[in-house]
Amino acid sequence: MKKSAVAVSLALLTVAGVAQAADQFIPIPSYRVGAYASGGAKFYGGMIDYLNYVNLKEGGVGGVRLTYEECETEYKNDRGVECYERLKAKNGGASAFNFMSTGITYATMDRAEKDKIPLMTMGFGRADAQDGRAFKYVFPLITSYWSQATAKVQFLGQRVGGMDKLKGKKIVNLYHGSAYGKETIPVLDAMAKKYGFELQHVEVPAPGTEQQSQWLEIRRARPDFVLLRSWGVMTPAALKSAQKVGFPRENIVANWWGGSEEDAVAAGDAAKGYIAGSFALDGKQFPLIQNIEKTVYGAGKGNLSDKGFIGTVNYNRGVVSGILMVEAIRAAQKKYGAKTLNGDQIRWGMENLNIDAKRQQDLGVTDMFPQVKTSCQNHEGSGYTRFMQWDGKDWKPVSGWIKADTGVTLPLIKASVDKYSQEKSMKLRDCAAEK
Amino acid sequence: MEWQFFLEVLVGGLLAGVMYSLVALGFVLIYKASGVFNFAQGAMVLFAALSFVSIQAMGVPFWIALLLTLALMVLLGVGIERVVLRPLVNQPPITLFMATIGLSFFLEGLAQMVWGTDVHGLELGIADEPFDVGGVFISKFDLFAAAVGGTLVAALALFFSKTKLGRALRAVADDHQAAMSVGIPLKHIWAIVWGVAGFVALVAGLLWGSRLGVQFALTLVVLKALPVLILGGFTSVPGAIIGGLIIGAGEKLAEVYLGPFVGGGIENWFPYMLALLFLLVRPEGLFGEKHIERV
Repeated sequence: MKKSAVAVSLALLTVAGVAQAADQFIPIPSYRVGAYASGGAKFYGGMIDYLNYVNLKEGGVGGVRLTYEECETEYKNDRGVECYERLKAKNGGASAFNFMSTGITYATMDRAEKDKIPLMTMGFGRADAQDGRAFKYVFPLITSYWSQATAKVQFLGQRVGGMDKLKGKKIVNLYHGSAYGKETIPVLDAMAKKYGFELQHVEVPAPGTEQQSQWLEIRRARPDFVLLRSWGVMTPAALKSAQKVGFPRENIVANWWGGSEEDAVAAGDAAKGYIAGSFALDGKQFPLIQNIEKTVYGAGKGNLSDKGFIGTVNYNRGVVSGILMVEAIRAAQKKYGAKTLNGDQIRWGMENLNIDAKRQQDLGVTDMFPQVKTSCQNHEGSGYTRFMQWDGKDWKPVSGWIKADTGVTLPLIKASVDKYSQEKSMKLRDCAAEK
Repeated sequence: MEWQFFLEVLVGGLLAGVMYSLVALGFVLIYKASGVFNFAQGAMVLFAALSFVSIQAMGVPFWIALLLTLALMVLLGVGIERVVLRPLVNQPPITLFMATIGLSFFLEGLAQMVWGTDVHGLELGIADEPFDVGGVFISKFDLFAAAVGGTLVAALALFFSKTKLGRALRAVADDHQAAMSVGIPLKHIWAIVWGVAGFVALVAGLLWGSRLGVQFALTLVVLKALPVLILGGFTSVPGAIIGGLIIGAGEKLAEVYLGPFVGGGIENWFPYMLALLFLLVRPEGLFGEKHIERV
């Protein structure tokens, strides 16, 4: 009995030791069970591996060790909010959250604003949050949904030999019947108007397991391309249905939610030739990924149960998420000193990211993701997307990094931000005055 | 040209309906034997398909993997009867229904714990490619699924109507206590029917898994089976197939021809509306048994 009491006390001391004053706490609201566990386990595995790598290699950031705690959201909004509340004040306070879920992000946005904790929404919505004057604590880093949508059209322009050649072409936007799916409709409409192509929107009722009628409609419409805005099971169902009606997969271009190994493998042969956007390249060719495998897994601290998943799309996305988080901490330490920082200070760091070519080279991630430079007003910091094609086994790049058409996105962002600030009766930040 | 398109939508819908029927059959089997709506049917479909691809991934040949999975599903069925249902004999149907809700979450968790959360591709050797019949594209895979569904329905219909065991199953469904009082072994009957439902789940899991990939979302295919059950009746095996055909064709035609007038995306709720309309005329479904209770 006495022995057990001592053991429990020691264990408690050890746990407490993890959260010393000189630690920086990063909450990990992961999803390792449920419908989206396959991608979630790899994404958060990559992120945790990078945090452990920084601890093992550098002893943390500026001597401050990185600590983390996982909380299972199952990709459910209520669980996500619960995780947010459970972790926000833990171990000296949360640095920032990356839920990898549009729904949970929306559900926690107001809380994060009140608690002054940044939300990292790398690659997803809401798109207008790239304007930091209205969304001080939300960061759709690298590329928002709207940026990706314009990049998709520009990619098609490249395929047909120039944007002017899109005139008269017919494009179908096959979208998930949800707020997520509908988010890019205004941007695509604006692109259609600007470049003169015919655009038809076709909705797939969520979750998208059955798409026969939509693809028969597509076959009847005879479009040149299909822009796929899918999520989860909708992707393989779309590819299988396209095969069924004889639509060439080479002419289907998805956004990054449809561009992982899980999406393609599920569709089998039907996925061959299919194209999807990406903001973080897969593969083990990057020195950082190799070093993580050597250092972290060599020390027996790897997070993945199967090392074979190192370098997969979702794993590398997780590593990029870890890099952005750590670089924000580094930037914030330059201003506030090498100590435990609070969420608002990390927000400043996230607003002053500068991951240029030189920094990417130092990190061993040259060209793995586009360069990122954020500011008070620009919370996206990049806007570039690259396109990959599934060859039956792997994703292969079929374009360079394509910049968002800001001529289309910025007016829409402005209009949306104006509406949002009016609804909330809020005054936009004066970024010039904050310098 | 337009009639060709109409025909294509209609045929495609009918064939899609057979896929829904396959899932609906599992519900019918359990309901016929116990009067309980088995909430765990979707989880059983996932469990079966995930077990099959995981066993196959170990290098086990297709047919052996199939037999091993079938054995596993029968064992699971017997286990469910022994652990979950047997203690609930003679309890109200709502109690059994609640037990199947718990069972559903348990099976989903168990499947992922044992076999992992990864998405698997599944090829049955039948390409999901079209062939041209006078300008109408028909999927080879859909035809194969229809043949499998038809065979299964015929076999089960014969089983329920022509065999002693089948009649015993129907008696159990009508009244547990009365069936037991005339010597029908309720526990064995339930174990058999859950085993058969496991087999049906395996067939549905393989066909749907081949189309969507074997992943957690397979549990969602039950959403397509519910209107089929409402329309066809919870106790009729032929009802499941006829209901599936009506729902499949109805939802596709509605999406293509009515959808554009209301902004599209009506495929999810239209089948339920169609089924509810049928209920107004035939509350027990097209082929469901009429119950007259005297009070």
